[in-house]
Amino acid sequence: MTSIDDVRTRAVGAQRQRRAMSTGRRGDRIFRSAALGSGVFVLVIMAAIAAFLVWKAIPALQENEANFFTATEWNANGDPPRFGVAQLAFGTVMSAAMALIMATPVAIGIALFIGFYAPRRLAEGLGFVVDLLAAVPSIIYGLWGLHFLVTNSQGVVEFLNGVLGWIPLFAGDSVGGQSIFIGSVVLAIMILPIISSITREVFLQVPTAHIEAAQALGATRWETIRLSVLPYGRSGMISAMMLGLGRALGETVAIALVLSTVAGINWHLLEPGGNTFAANIVRTFGESGEIGRSALIASGLVLFVITMVVNMAARAIVARRKEFV
Amino acid sequence: MSAPTLSPKRGLPGGQAIPATSGMRRLKDNIVLVAVYVAFALAVIPLASVLYKIISEGVQVLSADFFLRSMNGIGGRDAGGGIYHAMIGTLEQVALASAISIPVAVLTAVYLVEYGQGNRLSKVISFFVDVMTGIPSIVAGLFVLAFWILVLGFEVSGFAGALALAVLMIPTVVRSAEEMLKLVPNDLREASYALGVPRWRTITRVVLPTAFTGIITGIMLAVARVMGETAPLLLTIWVTKVINFNPFDGAQSSLPTYIWEQAGDPNQVAVDRAWGAALALIFIIMVLNFGARLLARRTSIR
Repeated sequence: MTSIDDVRTRAVGAQRQRRAMSTGRRGDRIFRSAALGSGVFVLVIMAAIAAFLVWKAIPALQENEANFFTATEWNANGDPPRFGVAQLAFGTVMSAAMALIMATPVAIGIALFIGFYAPRRLAEGLGFVVDLLAAVPSIIYGLWGLHFLVTNSQGVVEFLNGVLGWIPLFAGDSVGGQSIFIGSVVLAIMILPIISSITREVFLQVPTAHIEAAQALGATRWETIRLSVLPYGRSGMISAMMLGLGRALGETVAIALVLSTVAGINWHLLEPGGNTFAANIVRTFGESGEIGRSALIASGLVLFVITMVVNMAARAIVARRKEFV
Repeated sequence: MSAPTLSPKRGLPGGQAIPATSGMRRLKDNIVLVAVYVAFALAVIPLASVLYKIISEGVQVLSADFFLRSMNGIGGRDAGGGIYHAMIGTLEQVALASAISIPVAVLTAVYLVEYGQGNRLSKVISFFVDVMTGIPSIVAGLFVLAFWILVLGFEVSGFAGALALAVLMIPTVVRSAEEMLKLVPNDLREASYALGVPRWRTITRVVLPTAFTGIITGIMLAVARVMGETAPLLLTIWVTKVINFNPFDGAQSSLPTYIWEQAGDPNQVAVDRAWGAALALIFIIMVLNFGARLLARRTSIR
């Protein structure tokens, strides 16, 4: 039992103690500044990335004798240095676009499967399985692609060449091996979990009323999805695709291991060869001199700008959607 | 004309039973059903194939020596050698990257949720954190190369690699920590304020402890992610075959760059070593992933 006196003495004690303690204002100021400083630091890093890449790219661009945007050769360590990003841009865009075409339908299928088809109790676990695909590091996909997929896909590649050979992209005489096509298959596997997890999240936000309304009209499961889920999730799916595209554009070691270096642009995607911005950087960095490194930084800057634009566009779509909902 | 003729078939004024869904619609429904199952199988096949290949190939080279030896004095064609130097490098680099990025990232998340609360600066920061998530890892490596090695004139080192990894880690930790802080009920904050507790003590004593396990989960996933990053390390830590305990001085190895080296070597013994290292790497990453999931399950804020 606490008597009144007890309470009183405690209250007085607490008052004294509080007087002795700081009001917390100084602590507040320090902590607030630390938090604010960290936030600003993140902005500084972003600005520094752009600034230092530009700064260190300039020397090579000044020395360059070829057109940086249209030349297909990469001879940055020569005298005079001659290099251009045309081949790199071609390989990067082609492999990423192919990967996106392959991954998107599958990813949306997975999102639908987990969201609407799989048994409720399993859904979460199945989502985790797909997330594990994202946890496998790119170097391991590269190792697997080079020493398993390349050697075991000859039949599929020849089949594609035979059936779709009338399309220039799938034409060619010596198909198979370390081609852009195999590279884009590896990329597709890597971006699959990104696209599907974002799409899944969007599908979860579909109002139950929309779904129930469709069901009340007697719609089948597919019709329910087509009438209520897909229209609602369209912008989310587009931004998920673009985020996947951004990842595919910047992917490095997997594609660097899988592709074999052949100079020049080859429209026959099933034939060995091809190069991308990122792969070119890790492959030629080892033997690069000062100008060579600077040239690689210049190509990295182009990659940085491309991925920034793609990512910002994706975020903008999501943000606009948020305002409407 | 057509509407009335349709209505007796489908509309049911007399309380008849609803007719079964037409064959065409059922067929379409079933086609999609199959397609969706196939899509999921298509995702599981590569995962199973990668894991099977790593385990079946990797187990063959595993031995105590493989974990306890470096590659010092071992050529591409020689059998033997191990990943000791690479494991040391990876552990040190990831630890340094975490030490740099976690405080910055958690404090940024605190700013966004507790202080910013939707003002213009916090919107800008939030936007650029999103953009930063999408930075290709190679660009982070190039940034550290340009800034730390070329401009400031430092040597390649494990620390330079850690800087690049930190750049990649910050946005992921900010995002997950932000989500977790948002889940902390406002009642807790208000109760604390009502007791006269200053804001910063409310954050450090009430908000952060409540969100603690969630933040740890996010950190574990971020660590698992940067542990497998290869490209930025290739530009910043260089390659070495020998053991280097000091991350601040000279070239270091790491598990991913070790796999890169060995996988690109035409000799089969080197490729076998790559599979072994891949098994070690994926084992650590999977432990982190499963651990994070268990943690998230056991103690989620509801």
